[in-house]
Amino acid sequence: MTGPAFPTVDYGALAPMLIILGAACVSVLLEALLPLRGRGRAQLTLTLVAIVAAFLAVVVRATSGAPAVTTLAGALAVDGPSLFLWGTLLALAVPSVLLLADRSIEPGGAFVADPVALAEAESRERVSAGTRGGGRVGGSGGSGGSGRAARGTDAVEGHTEIYPLVLFALGGMIVFCAADDLLTMFVALEVLSLPLYLLCGLARRRRLMSQESAVKYFLLGAFSSAFFLYGLALLYGYADSVKLSDISLAAAGSLRPDSLLFGGLALLVVGLLFKASVGPFHTWTPDVYQGAPTSVTAFMAACTKVAAFGAILRVFTVAFGSTVWEWRGVLWIVAIVSMVVGAVLGLTQTDVKRMIAYSSVAHAGFLLLGAMAVTPAGLSATLFYLLAYGFTTVALFGLVSLVRGPDGEATHLSAWAGLGRRSPVVAAAVTFLMLALAGIPLTSGFTAKFAVFSAALADGMTPLVIVALVVSAVAAFFYLRLIVLMYFSEPAADGPTVSVPGPFTTVAITLGVVVTLLLGVVPTAVLGWADGLSFLG
Amino acid sequence: MSPTVYLLLSALLFAIGAVGVLVRRNAIVVFMCIELMLNAVNLTLVTFARINGSLGGQIMAFFVMVVAAAEVVVGLSIIMAIFRSRRSTSVDDANLLKY
Repeated sequence: MTGPAFPTVDYGALAPMLIILGAACVSVLLEALLPLRGRGRAQLTLTLVAIVAAFLAVVVRATSGAPAVTTLAGALAVDGPSLFLWGTLLALAVPSVLLLADRSIEPGGAFVADPVALAEAESRERVSAGTRGGGRVGGSGGSGGSGRAARGTDAVEGHTEIYPLVLFALGGMIVFCAADDLLTMFVALEVLSLPLYLLCGLARRRRLMSQESAVKYFLLGAFSSAFFLYGLALLYGYADSVKLSDISLAAAGSLRPDSLLFGGLALLVVGLLFKASVGPFHTWTPDVYQGAPTSVTAFMAACTKVAAFGAILRVFTVAFGSTVWEWRGVLWIVAIVSMVVGAVLGLTQTDVKRMIAYSSVAHAGFLLLGAMAVTPAGLSATLFYLLAYGFTTVALFGLVSLVRGPDGEATHLSAWAGLGRRSPVVAAAVTFLMLALAGIPLTSGFTAKFAVFSAALADGMTPLVIVALVVSAVAAFFYLRLIVLMYFSEPAADGPTVSVPGPFTTVAITLGVVVTLLLGVVPTAVLGWADGLSFLG
Repeated sequence: MSPTVYLLLSALLFAIGAVGVLVRRNAIVVFMCIELMLNAVNLTLVTFARINGSLGGQIMAFFVMVVAAAEVVVGLSIIMAIFRSRRSTSVDDANLLKY
């Protein structure tokens, strides 16, 4: 009798994933073992060290010239695009985590107070109010005490559980865009989604909106992953395997009815497009972007999009590259709907975060253009677009978190009127990033759009590119509207204040702006790297 | 009996679950409908494993069960949190974010 055959594990190739997921487990332990004081700092240090170490592991692997491999019995493919996507995810995670950790803007951080710390602070306040109440008679002492209590509990340290949640989400994203079989992809999808659902509901201010966004995201996310799963089941029935390369082989010569293949593909793609917030599966996007804490929105908007489009690229290229002519027509409609819905509904928004959300729907349409091309040029253009868009979005949400009214962030458009006079630096940064989103030359947005559109054009999607150009012009209107509002309106007397960011937020925003500029001015280095990449299998 | 019957049954269950998600108003019931969809998928997987004569589908059903259990933990805690602050689990009451 022979024992079971164990799959070989290529630890070198898997190092980034193992570092992040290992750090996530350690982080859970720290959460349980460390005392409250100093836990936040330890968790932040661990998170950042893990992300940087994983990033270095990616760089070492990418520069060592190691061949592309599939490992863990073919569950994960570590090839050129995987490494590029991993590098992008980890690079975007650094500013996102810095934004999450910031507590210079909101005392105690943007997340709901730790219950233990809150109880301690409350009992402290009670004791001090009690001793003073004994010494003084009258209402003034009581009101002073309650005022202090409000301030004391306001600054209570936020939940430190956000760090393990972020690490698990990041680990899930890393697996998601390298998964070479659909089951691994599904498990990774859940590993990345579940922490994000929780993070959305943890805002310190506007609790109801935050919880509502968590419920909406959760219910719709679970609904869409059920579709993904049913697609997986149908493809398993068709190909007798869920490996992407086996599905591709089966599509060339299976005797099973094609309805299984295309039904499975359609359901699978619904699940993937939902995660990437491509219209018409975008309905959660504005609500969740608006309701979630802004730092979580930044993480979600940048990293989830990278992971989801990484998986879409892999599925399209590896599993369905041979049948591209049969399914692409449907995706034309999806891409057009996504671009038009994003741009047109973006025009009608009065909230900055919702406006950026609709702009991300339009951008998802542009990205889909590159992903549909299923050519090497389309692949490299999409990868570049993801990198460029991610940094722009993270920096933009970092800036959004700075504009504050009396009850937290002032995200209504009217609050941004005259920002150019109140705070020229912030307004200038927002202007630059808006121009990048609109795709003006000398920003990364222009280079990215140019690369994607030319790849789509080369692959015979001329009508789609025309639609995309028109939509870009429409979308530019609402980006420019915000710029005009900031510079050419009178600031309201009771307008919001612009917080002076602490070092964390400053670094995150600066990083985003600098990368946006560099990718616009000297894109060749990154484009050159993205150019030679191809999927394994 | 032909295994195709089970495929039809699972498709029916999946459709019932999907319709339930769209028409029901209570977040808990919506969530149960999603679980019904996942279980319909399990039935499909097991049936295809039988038709194909391979074990893969049955193993995958276990993965789906574990993931569904994890989803229940997260989902119910989120629904509990919103119930505590709103005293309602109706998805129609959560209407601060729209348009």
